[in-house]
Amino acid sequence: MRQLSAAIVGPGNIGTDLLVKLLRSEVLRLHSMVGVDPASDGLTHARKLGVPTSADGVDWLLAQEDLPDLVFEATSARAHLANAPRYEAAGITAVDLTPAAAGPFVCPPVNLGGVADAPNLNMITCGGQATIPIVSAVSSVVPVAYAEIIASIASRSAGPGTRANIDEFTQTTARAIEEVGGAARGKAIIILNPVDPPMIMRDTVFCAIPPDADTAVITGSIHKMVAEVAAYVPGYMLRADPQFDAPRDIWNGMARVAVFLQVQGNGDYLPPWAGNLDIMTAAAARVGEQLCGARVAA
Amino acid sequence: MTEPRQVRITDSTLRDGGHAMAHRFTEGQIRAVVHALDDARVDVIEVSHGDGLGGSSFNYGFSLEDEIEMIAAAVDEARTAKIAVLLLPGLGTVEDLRRAHHAGASVARIATHCTEADVSPQHFAAACELGMETVGFLMLAHRIGPAELAKQARIMVDAGAQCVYVVDSAGALVLGEAQARVSALVSEIGHEAQVGFHGHQNLSLGIGNSVLAVQNGASQVDGALCALGAGAGNSPTEILAATFERIGIPTGIDVARVLAAANDVVRPFVPRLPVADRGAIIQGYAGVYSSFLLHAERAAVRYQVPVHDILQRVGDAGYVGGQEDMIIDVALGLAAEADRVG
Repeated sequence: MRQLSAAIVGPGNIGTDLLVKLLRSEVLRLHSMVGVDPASDGLTHARKLGVPTSADGVDWLLAQEDLPDLVFEATSARAHLANAPRYEAAGITAVDLTPAAAGPFVCPPVNLGGVADAPNLNMITCGGQATIPIVSAVSSVVPVAYAEIIASIASRSAGPGTRANIDEFTQTTARAIEEVGGAARGKAIIILNPVDPPMIMRDTVFCAIPPDADTAVITGSIHKMVAEVAAYVPGYMLRADPQFDAPRDIWNGMARVAVFLQVQGNGDYLPPWAGNLDIMTAAAARVGEQLCGARVAA
Repeated sequence: MTEPRQVRITDSTLRDGGHAMAHRFTEGQIRAVVHALDDARVDVIEVSHGDGLGGSSFNYGFSLEDEIEMIAAAVDEARTAKIAVLLLPGLGTVEDLRRAHHAGASVARIATHCTEADVSPQHFAAACELGMETVGFLMLAHRIGPAELAKQARIMVDAGAQCVYVVDSAGALVLGEAQARVSALVSEIGHEAQVGFHGHQNLSLGIGNSVLAVQNGASQVDGALCALGAGAGNSPTEILAATFERIGIPTGIDVARVLAAANDVVRPFVPRLPVADRGAIIQGYAGVYSSFLLHAERAAVRYQVPVHDILQRVGDAGYVGGQEDMIIDVALGLAAEADRVG
């Protein structure tokens, strides 16, 4: 299969974990890792692994004769908004791991096929990548009037950017639950837990479902989707079978399915408890690989 | 010990009490409680879902009425009392705060787990910009020591908090422990901001801890009529008013009227008054977030496992406020273990 080349911009924790994952890929060739601080751990790590690096930022990247096909951006929303038009002008597809949301949301097992031609794809949020597949698994078999997700992450895995603008998480995830997950209305909650040793990422999905919904069909659809996500996030698992609750008046007569997930990271560059960061990089790598497939087929 | 000073009591019947009412207050109840509290000259009345703005959900329970309409009703009913709202970043948003402010709320209380104050500056900035009075809430304050807690209070004050509360969400602080935390906050932020105390009755120390808090420099204290709140309930507002009057610390509250508010207005509509039963005591003993009680009771019935086992395990796991979903997960785990043994 023809290989696409990919650069990583932003050598922080996320960018470096992604680097390790992309180096394992058989279809993506790592073009370079780009930052702005020559002393950054991420750039040092990349150099050790034999990947070309530069601390001269996107200016350096776009001045190369051999431009990458893809760029994975793991900087900040502000930096990505500045860089996005430059990538597009250079004909480079951007996979955006920041909250910038300059392009359409993508969740690989749900909607990648529909947005594969976009010049810029946004990876939503960690909680979104963990839960939207489940919302979609339910909404693909019954109407979902309302879906709610709770993402619990270890305090140590929430960086200053997330903390300074936590509303961005709840609002972006809620919107993607609707636009990508297929719920009529979405709500997202994030909890930071400081317990030591750190807790592994946990996600809960509640969907309002019709009172007469076929629970076996819903359960089957959820199990199938969990397997699809686990194909690229090996530590993604159900804690228990989906739990169904009978209709209640206070739920407007709807019944409810509750799904309890655990997301253990692969321990590539970040510790296994940081499943929230792992699922972002694993999903981004998955997008990159599937874009290869799509473009080769085209 | 500092000189006794005036203490301001914020009544949280219509917020923390939501936990005991499964968040099902009617507009009539809200109006009646606000009217009675205002009549008793309580300065601040908190009105929100038990888990704060935006709390109406599968995870925490759906409110009976639209919360912004309820805030507007409370504002309409109050003549002199200020209406406060609670907001937990990660659940409620700046947008929710703007709507509450538009409905007439004038005090913003921003709550985080005691180690996570740095998720709050965005919300304090918005509250300041809206011209609201600001209060920070450091929840489950027993989980860290006084010095660490004071550092977190500093983050909130730097972000715009005019007062920071030591929030004993689990009712787990025992006398000197509450005292030490209040003192640490007073010495860290006392020159720029006030210090508050929010107690629960799980170990029956809400009132005692509140008195010690004020004697150590706290100037704001929370209560709820008939203790209506999570776990074994809050420090009862009517007992706070009576006790502070007896020891010569003015609260401005009319004791006879606040006793009437508790007895004649709240007691008749409460289906089950908070009580220090086995589950609630375990919460204080094991340091479990008080709001988990009713959720644990429901999960215990649904999955046929003992409620105190659920609460003990939730405490051991170190779950924090907002992780109500983990109660079901824990109950499922206990049920699976019971199956294996059986």
